[in-house]
Amino acid sequence: MTAQAILGSVAILGGVGLTFGTLIALANRKLRVWEDPRIESVTDILPGANCGACGFAGCRAFAEAAVEGTVAPAGCTVMGEGELEDVAALLGVDAGEAVKRVARLLCAGGSDVAPKKAIYDGLESCAAAVAVSGGGKACPWGCIGLADCAVSCDFDAIRMTASDLPEVDIDLCTACGDCVDACPLDLFVLMPLDHKLIVQCKNLLDGEAATDLCAVACNACGRCAADAPGVVEMMQGLAVVDYEAIDRAGPEAAARCPTGAIRWVEGAQDLRPELVLSGSVT
Amino acid sequence: MLSDLLRSDTFRHGVHPPERKSYTESVRIRRMPFPDEIVLPLRQHAGRPAIPLVRPGERVERADKVGEADGFISVPIHASAAGRVRDVTLWPHPDGSMAESVVIEVDRWSPQLPRPRIVAQWEGLEPEQVVREVQKAGVVGLGGAAFPTHVKLLPPKDTPVHTLIVNGAECEPYLTTDHRTMVEYPERVQFGIRIMMKALGVEKAIIGVEKNKPDAIETLRATLPSDLDVSVLPLTVKYPQGAEKMLIEVVTGREVPTGKLPMHVGVVVQNVGSIACIAEIFETGQPLIERVVTVTGPGVRRPSNLLVPVGTKLRDVLEFCEGLTDDASQIVFGGPMMGSATPDLDTPLIKGTTGVVVLTESEARPRQVHPCIHCGRCLESCPVFLNPSLLGSLAQAGRYGEMEESNLMDCMLCGSCSYVCPSHIPLSQMFALGKNMLRRQKAKENAA
Repeated sequence: MTAQAILGSVAILGGVGLTFGTLIALANRKLRVWEDPRIESVTDILPGANCGACGFAGCRAFAEAAVEGTVAPAGCTVMGEGELEDVAALLGVDAGEAVKRVARLLCAGGSDVAPKKAIYDGLESCAAAVAVSGGGKACPWGCIGLADCAVSCDFDAIRMTASDLPEVDIDLCTACGDCVDACPLDLFVLMPLDHKLIVQCKNLLDGEAATDLCAVACNACGRCAADAPGVVEMMQGLAVVDYEAIDRAGPEAAARCPTGAIRWVEGAQDLRPELVLSGSVT
Repeated sequence: MLSDLLRSDTFRHGVHPPERKSYTESVRIRRMPFPDEIVLPLRQHAGRPAIPLVRPGERVERADKVGEADGFISVPIHASAAGRVRDVTLWPHPDGSMAESVVIEVDRWSPQLPRPRIVAQWEGLEPEQVVREVQKAGVVGLGGAAFPTHVKLLPPKDTPVHTLIVNGAECEPYLTTDHRTMVEYPERVQFGIRIMMKALGVEKAIIGVEKNKPDAIETLRATLPSDLDVSVLPLTVKYPQGAEKMLIEVVTGREVPTGKLPMHVGVVVQNVGSIACIAEIFETGQPLIERVVTVTGPGVRRPSNLLVPVGTKLRDVLEFCEGLTDDASQIVFGGPMMGSATPDLDTPLIKGTTGVVVLTESEARPRQVHPCIHCGRCLESCPVFLNPSLLGSLAQAGRYGEMEESNLMDCMLCGSCSYVCPSHIPLSQMFALGKNMLRRQKAKENAA
């Protein structure tokens, strides 16, 4: 092999390399898309669960919005305190205040208070039970207790109690809404923690017809509506809380409830209520 | 003709469950006395529920309208007994939910006569007027699905119908409702066919009856009209022979395409009970306020075929049949293949209730479910050629969209696959689940 051939090939390869290198350099200058490096950094700090609880399509989308300033870092309810401060410091903004939202169960009728009227022996799934004639519980609005919600929860925040009700661990719950979608009876709602007045019942019957099905059912007596006018209203056999006016409500709204269907909830829901029949109420 | 030679007297696939019809097949229909209270759910048919027309305290006579049809795919509800409206409230419904119902306290001293009324003269009516009379009378398919009958009687102009198929197959085990109707009221069935043929403008009617009802075939043949082309076609005894699409396949040799209706292959199928009910409208003017129900099974002391006022509570019906045996354990609305168990004796019998089957512990025992062994028996049983095994595993994985792609919507929940599964996998429940979830998803998408 001659030296000429060697030099020739080196020159050709070198020339090709140089040409493409120049093209790439030019392309880099002309077609460059500048991205805020903070987006990457914020994404790294975020939990990365892509749970969607913030309302954005995943953590990256949230990071973009946070860097743009359209959402406060606290909009991500899944982050811990420390991470929240890191993000706020990185962006040089106030962490902001987002009231933590959690999933709340609108039924307190566990197997200890809500009798069954049939034995269900089909598929172990609430949705499957609903697709046939219900799960055997006397109350057709009540929690079936076959744990579709607990199965759907990615954060292990839902645990079934001994009375077959799903209990939400409010520290682990990120309000992602998976349980809301999983429940065939629509018993889960996402609520801010400061909405403390909760009607834990969806039974539409009145009086004894309701309490025959479940001891902690709303019997539509209307005491709560009388005690918290403008906040609680009776609709179709059920007390309904107007959360627009929740600031005006206090624990007294739930105090005279004869069944404990409406409750003032501080922190986690109490799904194993002692019957609160006080002497003054008959 | 060639098509006649090629025609088989049954469809492909299907199963042979024990018939168990001997309890009631030769028992005459008895009229059940009026109970003390009648419960009329406003939703007794496919389509939109009726709108209540009465208020608590009002007096109603027998056959008065208590609920008005809400739109075209809906029918009115009539009082099945005279009395006072006690309440319009939520009441246990045969489907397991609570549904808005009119509760009537029956007047025990009333002679239960209807108000004077004008009976429409069918010969002089236009087809549209006949259809209107049928809707006014609240007639629905009495074979179980309770689809409003008048909707089927108005095929669009561009889909001509040439044949009326009368469904007297009654392939569900235990049930003898249609059987007894054919044996005891053959003239009424023939008269109903005459009216329907005129309303539809068809030249030909075929009554399909399974061969296990020789007396029904004989009676119908003896009463066939001489001036119309009506014939009786004996069918092989196989489940689900009475399913609309299976029956069409046997009678016409044609398959109803996916997502299409019987009228797209030129036929309309009506249950014999519905036909007899239509005859009644033009004979006496009585709307659908009573129907034949088979109360049967090893758990009933006196299995019977009853003419029951619509809205009679299960409790009253069972008491009239002398109650339950000691080992009765499950009460099923409809037949054992497609029916659903009910836990509440206050549930009323509605227009679509074909029968009440009471099973005993030995028949209704829970079965241990085992994993699928891929034996393929479900595929061999499925009358619409689906793959139940695949659909089942998709349901378990929650992949409902893929179930739809695998033609879940062609499944009519006949239960043949569940019946043959050696692992006792509740396949048809999974399909009911899949259909339910898809419906929910669609509703959510529409709302969004």
